[in-house]
Amino acid sequence: MTASKPKSAWGGGVSPFNVSWGKMFMWFFLVSDAFTFSSLIIAYGAMRHRFTDIWPLPGDVFTHFPFIHGHVPLAYVGLMTFILIMSSVTMVLAVEAGHRRHNKGVVTWLFWTIVGGFMFLGSQAWEWYHFIKGSEEGAYILADGRFARTDDLEPGKLFIWKDHQKTIIEGTEAAQLKASAVKNIKGANLVENEYGNTPLFGNFFFFITGFHGFHVFSGVVINIIILINVLNGVYLRRGHYEQVEKAGLYWHFVDLVWVFVFTFFYLV
Amino acid sequence: MAEEHKHGYYTGDIHNQFVEEHHVPGIKKTIWKTFWILLGVTIFEVAIAFAPLNKELLQWIFVVLTIVKSAYIVGIFMHLFHEQFTFKYTILLPFILIVYLIFIALAEGVYLFDIAK
Repeated sequence: MTASKPKSAWGGGVSPFNVSWGKMFMWFFLVSDAFTFSSLIIAYGAMRHRFTDIWPLPGDVFTHFPFIHGHVPLAYVGLMTFILIMSSVTMVLAVEAGHRRHNKGVVTWLFWTIVGGFMFLGSQAWEWYHFIKGSEEGAYILADGRFARTDDLEPGKLFIWKDHQKTIIEGTEAAQLKASAVKNIKGANLVENEYGNTPLFGNFFFFITGFHGFHVFSGVVINIIILINVLNGVYLRRGHYEQVEKAGLYWHFVDLVWVFVFTFFYLV
Repeated sequence: MAEEHKHGYYTGDIHNQFVEEHHVPGIKKTIWKTFWILLGVTIFEVAIAFAPLNKELLQWIFVVLTIVKSAYIVGIFMHLFHEQFTFKYTILLPFILIVYLIFIALAEGVYLFDIAK
């Protein structure tokens, strides 16, 4: 306990960072977690450059939207981003209510944050379902080794991507190529997927969005525990809501990671 | 003790220093302003994703906008802009290593593609 502010933070006798140890270590944990996510996304970037000629375009893969028949590329991930940003706002409002010692306000905003978290998790489950299930017709590996995709909205056509150029084959030629195809791939798993002729695209999708989704799930669990404490008046008695702030740091970090996943997995 | 009247908590380390919580009256306005900026940038990103622009230029726009968005999240929501100078840079400077990792890993990916041709 120091009465007056010392001149130098490094002269001894004071905490140089002037934050609680809990908050400091939450930050240090987040830095290390950010390094983990960075490594995953950079690995994705490296492999995308390695297979640049056959890598699928995300705008061509994530085209579904609930209750809409047709292609609405990127709209659904845009919505997921909105949900997560919104829940970040409700979290920061919970922290703000805590600064005012307004227990009821913290309960309300924390509740909506948890709702946002569950909405995001549900959205991700929907996204995974459609990614794994794939289209009705799937993709073909043709007799000459080329990889041809199909489109449920334009039946009878084959789409061959090579060096970012799309070739469309239709009519009898497409039917012949399909008949002589070596393999028909539907949906996605860790070994193959119908979106591109490399398993890496599916692998990175499952690993990166899965790892992020698990972070969201952990965040929701942490927020629920904090909410139970707030409801029991634990922090009201303690005199400060620093614990809500710490959970908030983690929750904002999850939002932050999604901003990067959104850009480097879906947009670029 | 003056601290009894202030809101805050103790650092909990060996010095157990008192940290005052600075409650800014206009913070709610800042929070909602940040929200609209983040939402606006995201909508803009989705909107220009299929614009007939140079692909490389578009990628750079996305990278810059992502950094802008993350600065708002880290700075305002996570409150890092208002932490102590030393703490701020202890958190931010290690990410120079990430910039270096991006450089070497992407160069390696391009090289592997070139020799596989």
